Amino acid sequence: MNYLLAAEGEEPNPLIPHIPELVLGVVVFALLYVLVKKFVYPNFEATFAERTAAIEGGLAAAETKQAEADAKLAELEQQLADARHEAARIREEAREQGATIVAEMREQAQAESARIVEAGKAQIEAERQQAVTSLRAEVGTLATGLAGRIVGESLEDEARQSRVVERFLADLESAGGVN
Amino acid sequence: MSVNVLAATEDPYIPGPSSFDLPPIFGEGTIVTKPMVQIVLFAVLAFAFLYFASRKRALVPGKLQYVGEAGYGFVRNSLGRDIIGSHDFQKFVPYLVSMFFLLLFNNWAAAIPFFQFPTFSRAGLVYGLALISWLVYNGVGIKKHGLGGYLKLQCMPSGVTGPILLLIVPLEFFSNIVVRPVTLALRLFCNMFAGHLLLILFAMGGYWLIFQSGVLGYVPVGILAWVLFTAIFFLELLIQFLQAYVFTLLNAMYIAGALADEH
Repeated sequence: MNYLLAAEGEEPNPLIPHIPELVLGVVVFALLYVLVKKFVYPNFEATFAERTAAIEGGLAAAETKQAEADAKLAELEQQLADARHEAARIREEAREQGATIVAEMREQAQAESARIVEAGKAQIEAERQQAVTSLRAEVGTLATGLAGRIVGESLEDEARQSRVVERFLADLESAGGVN
Repeated sequence: MSVNVLAATEDPYIPGPSSFDLPPIFGEGTIVTKPMVQIVLFAVLAFAFLYFASRKRALVPGKLQYVGEAGYGFVRNSLGRDIIGSHDFQKFVPYLVSMFFLLLFNNWAAAIPFFQFPTFSRAGLVYGLALISWLVYNGVGIKKHGLGGYLKLQCMPSGVTGPILLLIVPLEFFSNIVVRPVTLALRLFCNMFAGHLLLILFAMGGYWLIFQSGVLGYVPVGILAWVLFTAIFFLELLIQFLQAYVFTLLNAMYIAGALADEH
């Protein structure tokens, strides 16, 4: 080992390099550098970049989703409020309509009852007139028959009979009015 | 043990620089030594680790990819991006990653049974890496500022004028251009060398005290030596990692300094 100055049993100087080792160290490092640069560095950097992109993409997507969900929620709330408003409006309308219908029905019923009362009155009046007329005829006959029997005088003569009755009725009317 | 106590005492093994002077594996006259085999083997392992960890490119990493990304990301971000700056660091990432993992795997070789030898306790291998570092940071600076601009950047602190420059310029030149590769190399080499020496001392010393000293009273001391050996072994694991880190960190700082616009 002549490179070590270790003649005569002295300790070798460890600071003096073994030249083949020095050369080999440089070569090994150079090769490792080339291999790392070619095979390791691009892979790791690509992985890091992909991961960063994936995380950022995920965050962006989540933000978009959140915004969409917020918009959807606002829209639904708006729809719900509209629906409530609509329902309230319809209820109010129905109440108004109901009130109108009730009022109309009451009016109709009143008119009907008035009409019925009116008709009844008219009928009663007509029947009364009829009764008066028929009574007038019958009263005459009865009275003359009765009177004939009482006075014993025949009143069968049409003309006379009629005259007597008329006179009698006129007396009645002038005495106390009809009815 | 009683046999040993009765046996004639032997001289203890004294570890020294010769402990690191491993003979060529294939006999006298050939050049391949154990450190040379180790640096090639652990460079291959470092590359295999990085390659297989990076190959899948899964967005949700498996175990190997996770460990690989953690290591690669550590060098890339804390040594590359944070020191060199996000504008320029990308093109130095392969360099820093190669440097860190070559050093880390070879330093930890000292902890692996059968190898148990820190590759960079051999000065020649360390000088190689220091030489590369020197060429890289100076080359990068000269490429960016031109030779004159770069020397001015490294040797003339801004704001210093007048006769004091006569003192400052040689000092800065010496410190930034000449001394840096030397300290870089010696720091790594000495840490690996001394750490390994310490481990040999405690291991062989304990062995001698227990089995070879012939003195029964030394046996507990030998056991204590082995306990300390174990503790130092773990300390060395930390140091081996730290030296890989520091070497790469200083590389990044030198590159950052060479790229800087203001000194």
